[in-house]
Amino acid sequence: MFAAVIYSPILPRKPLINIQHLARLARLSIDDQAEQSARDHLANIIAMIDSMRSVDTDNVVPMAHPMDATQRLREDKVTENVDRDQFQANAPATAQGYYLVPQVIDSGE
Amino acid sequence: MHSFATLRQLSTGLENGEFSAVELATHYLALIASNQQINGFITVDEERTLAIAVKADTDRAHGRATPLTGVPIAHKDIFCTQGMLTTCGSKMLHNFVAPYDATVVYALDQAGAVTLGKTNMDEFAMGSSNENSFFGAVTNPWHIEHVPGGSSGGSAAVVAAGLAPAATGTDTGGSIRQPAAFCGITGLKPTYGRVSRYGMIAFASSLDQGGALTRDAEDSALLLSYMAGYDKKDSTSVQRQDQWLTDIPSAGIGNPAEKLTIGLPTEYFIDIDAGYIDQVRQTFEQLGHKCVDVSLSHTDVAIAAYYVIAGAEASTNLSRYDGVRFGHRCEQPESLHDLYQRSRSEGLGAEVQRRILTGTYALSVGYFDAYYLKAQKIRRLIAEDFTAALTQADVILTPTTPAPAFRLNALTKDPVAMYQQDKFTVPVSLAGLPALSMPCGFVEGLPVGAQLIAPAFREDLLLGLAKQYQTETDWHLATPQTHAGSA
Repeated sequence: MFAAVIYSPILPRKPLINIQHLARLARLSIDDQAEQSARDHLANIIAMIDSMRSVDTDNVVPMAHPMDATQRLREDKVTENVDRDQFQANAPATAQGYYLVPQVIDSGE
Repeated sequence: MHSFATLRQLSTGLENGEFSAVELATHYLALIASNQQINGFITVDEERTLAIAVKADTDRAHGRATPLTGVPIAHKDIFCTQGMLTTCGSKMLHNFVAPYDATVVYALDQAGAVTLGKTNMDEFAMGSSNENSFFGAVTNPWHIEHVPGGSSGGSAAVVAAGLAPAATGTDTGGSIRQPAAFCGITGLKPTYGRVSRYGMIAFASSLDQGGALTRDAEDSALLLSYMAGYDKKDSTSVQRQDQWLTDIPSAGIGNPAEKLTIGLPTEYFIDIDAGYIDQVRQTFEQLGHKCVDVSLSHTDVAIAAYYVIAGAEASTNLSRYDGVRFGHRCEQPESLHDLYQRSRSEGLGAEVQRRILTGTYALSVGYFDAYYLKAQKIRRLIAEDFTAALTQADVILTPTTPAPAFRLNALTKDPVAMYQQDKFTVPVSLAGLPALSMPCGFVEGLPVGAQLIAPAFREDLLLGLAKQYQTETDWHLATPQTHAGSA
């Protein structure tokens, strides 16, 4: 339903950036005041990264890891335990070992 | 003791009983307290530092010393330190106390090094000027109106200013080498996989690598020998048996082979005034090495590919900052969605948000192939360029940066111009290769650096050549106090 970018049919190809859609995907909020500058900066960055189009990459294998290594796996067993109190000392809101968030499940009333 | 002493000089002083670890720590803590202008530290905990120093003195007295026992160092605030703030330069983590130590921190602690504090940095290591820190910009010790580079700007500045003999750093696209060049010190980015990333707060996981910022190449080797090593807690850590690395604490870095071939990539010398690299070249030729031209033909698209890959990985990695388990949380969230959005928008700075949006864009439906996959293909072409060039040459020599340190605020309004500052360091990062920046002169009173690049896991070539260069020249001995052009 939302396209992140719509290319204008008129040349030169210039991306129209749906900044609010991108912000929603990234769980960021961008207010009206910041929107124009965020859009301008992103447009400049996209124009810069579009220089990649000039490179012929047909038949090139993508490189995900600089040493072409694959993910190392280990045996699925417990190797150490965390100290919950110590970990939760960093949490903004906890109760009885749980992390507190605004209610997400309808109480059904 | 003098403030610009190397790790080795301080180690010798401790060994000979010229001063104690406590005296040394007290000396540096006093220097740090009286030199706040460069803003190089985010956290200093004097009590903690002195307690470690006391233990180091005890260990030395009982014959349990390594060369680093009692020697002060600083850690970039991206490395988790148990029981001490780790902010990553962000409001998001302004109150974060890690429940564990990064492997790098643990290894240096075990060796007896005394942590002086945590150094300032661009937020989440995203920046080339250290102006993106929630804790304020760091200034360049050589000129107060210029940037120290970034993102390890605090680490570079405190070493250059003599407030710490050495510091750890991380390099994703140049974040050790560029600030080292701007601040006139030696910076080493090891091969991807050489140093554990465990406990090193993630920015772009296929690029991030820990390393060292030091006064010279020998110190760099010494620090690397303790930082490097296989770590089962980092799935990209590589198992190696390098005798030269094991030998460093006892024997130092070995001399490089005679008559090495050093390649200068023609693409790195277009439209820049890098006469100082000619001088480096001449020095190497006088030492018997041969210099040849090589080509790295995809250099000009490296920045584009890098900002897609790093942005995509950053947008994924930074999704963990949700205001729930740790870090900043907004006041009075109305819903879970509101909690996420406002906590993240309040806690993350402008550049970090920009990179998250860039990554989100590159990964969004319909654009994955055109951007992320395309960037990964270009990454391979860049890596292949290096492989080819390194069959014609043993080591590659380039300027570390296109120009010396720029003025504060000069590029903050133009992110794309800021990104171009990394055009000589980013390609190496994409290829995962080791590289070192060493000071090699001054331009308009500001230090400049030469970058050496080697094949994977051949840091010995970089360190050996840099040591040889630093035996012949004394750029690495210049300090902001002694240099005529300093502020």
